[in-house]
Amino acid sequence: MIPTTKRRSPEEILQQVQAEEDYEKRGRLKVFLGYASGVGKSFRMLDEGRRRHERGQDVVVGAVQPQRPPEIEALLSKLPVIPLQVVEGVAVMDVPAILKRHPGVCLVDGLAYDNPPGSPNHSRWQDVEQLLEAGISVISSVNIQYIDDLRERVARITGKYVSQTVPRSFLNSADEIVVVDAPPEMCITRSEDAEADARASSQAQKLSELREIALLLAADVVDRQLEQYLQRHGITQTFGAQERVLVCITPRANGAVMIASGRRNADRFHGDLTVAYVRQAEISADDQSALERNLAIARDANAHIEILDGEDPVETILQFARERGITQVFVGHSTQERWWERYTGTPLDRLIRGADDIDVRVFPH
Amino acid sequence: MRGRLKIYLGYAAGVGKTYQMLEEAQEMKRQGRDVVIGYFEPHGRKDTIGRTDGLEFIPRRRVEYRGTVFEDMDTDAILKRRPQVCMVDEFPHSNIPGSEREKRWQDVQVLLDAGIDVLTTMNIQHLESLNDQVWRITGVRVRETIPDWVMQQADQVVMVDLTPRALLNRLARGVVYPPEKALEALKNFFQESTLVALRELALRQTAHEVEIRQVDYNSPGFQAVPADGDVTDEPPRSQERILIVVTADPSTAMLIRRGKRVADYLHADCFAVAVRTNWDRLEAASGERDAVERHLNFARNLHIEARLLGGHDVAKTVVEFARLNGVTQLFLARLSTGRWPAFGGRNLVQQVVRLARDMQVIIVADRSKQQAH
Repeated sequence: MIPTTKRRSPEEILQQVQAEEDYEKRGRLKVFLGYASGVGKSFRMLDEGRRRHERGQDVVVGAVQPQRPPEIEALLSKLPVIPLQVVEGVAVMDVPAILKRHPGVCLVDGLAYDNPPGSPNHSRWQDVEQLLEAGISVISSVNIQYIDDLRERVARITGKYVSQTVPRSFLNSADEIVVVDAPPEMCITRSEDAEADARASSQAQKLSELREIALLLAADVVDRQLEQYLQRHGITQTFGAQERVLVCITPRANGAVMIASGRRNADRFHGDLTVAYVRQAEISADDQSALERNLAIARDANAHIEILDGEDPVETILQFARERGITQVFVGHSTQERWWERYTGTPLDRLIRGADDIDVRVFPH
Repeated sequence: MRGRLKIYLGYAAGVGKTYQMLEEAQEMKRQGRDVVIGYFEPHGRKDTIGRTDGLEFIPRRRVEYRGTVFEDMDTDAILKRRPQVCMVDEFPHSNIPGSEREKRWQDVQVLLDAGIDVLTTMNIQHLESLNDQVWRITGVRVRETIPDWVMQQADQVVMVDLTPRALLNRLARGVVYPPEKALEALKNFFQESTLVALRELALRQTAHEVEIRQVDYNSPGFQAVPADGDVTDEPPRSQERILIVVTADPSTAMLIRRGKRVADYLHADCFAVAVRTNWDRLEAASGERDAVERHLNFARNLHIEARLLGGHDVAKTVVEFARLNGVTQLFLARLSTGRWPAFGGRNLVQQVVRLARDMQVIIVADRSKQQAH
């Protein structure tokens, strides 16, 4: 499959030019992502600041955490710091001072902190947004437990529920995201104490689950970046690292089995699930209700649902699959072979033949 | 006790795998462990070389091959020295022809068997089951690969992450390669979209490696804390059984890699079979027989149980075997377009799809086509 350059309308081109100009003026956001406290994300952030400072970039520290181990203090001593302001007993980043100083790069820790009531911005991540809009680049670090849509999942693992959050969309807007992947200690020491062993292994299990969430979050953000990059360069994406499953249903298809399998495959690969139906003219009332049952199953499975129109169902599905970068198509077995299809091939044969760079999974009826 | 294996996984040269591995080796040494460097590839990178200070090197073995002297890891010397921990750079490396073992990862197995812990480095491109996908993304057919089961046996896989932009900056500053080589690299492999895609592969693979190492939810010592009172049910262990249909077709290697990858992700059992049709009678079939044997051996190297069946009709034999063995998913290669039959005839794919109506049939994509940039 060769990527194609889409022909775009003048409006689209103008929009893109505008988007590029805005993008050029805006500061860049880089985020170090951690999955537990103590993995060293603040250190990585400050260390990158130090290296840039030594290479001659204009770097300042906008906000750091109150408790600071010696290695963090050592890094801080090498960088100019704009002190936090204390407002109503809360440490707040001094946004006006930073804007006035207008550095090239500002280092900001504690993205999820709320500012006291009456502040111009509700949370620190919004302060960061303001710096970015002013053309100041920001390097920051955040723990996954503060990402709004992960909060519940993380709390189920850690038992700790945080009240302050950073929206996922803010993270998605980052230009660069880095996982600080320091795995739990290599040698979990075996001791005589069975209870301590159990505690340690439970702890390791929790950390491992958090680590997986962080890696997948980063992979999703990276996938989005790849798409944006390809879009900016007018390339229709056909490759990627993410599995994308497309389940094609008809009224007669065994929707429950196919969609459940699609969901399981997508989940196992941490991929994406779409259920599509190619609209057929004049279907019976029975078929209509069977179709609706299948679509309801798709909704319950939390799939993207697409109703497609096209003269030739096989071509319609293949074209849609290519546009969306689908890696696996799930189809039901053709019910009955008609005599002429012995020579022309059944629709299923045509789909298999046409889908040359996509896996086709055929389900029994 | 067998030694433990830790893999530092990256997605390109220059992301800092060796550096991070050396940092850990230094830390282990500070904690009083007996650490040596079994093999180190300096690539002329000053920062990295600096991190070897104070660590003991096991001298390399010198081997003459076709009039040139090469240097390689000296496994025997390491075994004799018997350290607690050995650092081995470039896990997927192929040894000089004529060495006792063909691949460095096999030498590492020997060290692990001797009870030595090993730290090693590799890039995602070298994982066997991703070979075709990597070819599509990069246009490079990677020859030195690590079977997936070797990575699965590692006690830990750590992702060494660096953003593509930072990597490209490093390359531009001459940190990764000398200037001429850097220019060459920028033209090929080091394009931003390529790097982003490889990085995503590495992140997802690391997440997968983390997941398969997680203790069973039901094991004692782990209690999930439901925030909303819900009890999360782990889906039951998979009963899926995957059968890969091996033929002489060149696309079979790709089919095997894909089938195995899906089996690993679905936690399914995985087998491979080929059918011996009329080999005994046909002289001309010897090429075909060799190819089938090669493919079966390839499957075995990936730890797939592979068998050769007798029978006249390939489709019938395979489907019957599948039924008898409770197979739920049958994996087949698509045939190159030229092999689709003329009017009225049916190819293997069509025959199997018609016969195997009680199981899922997966016709695997042709991932051999190179992705244009």
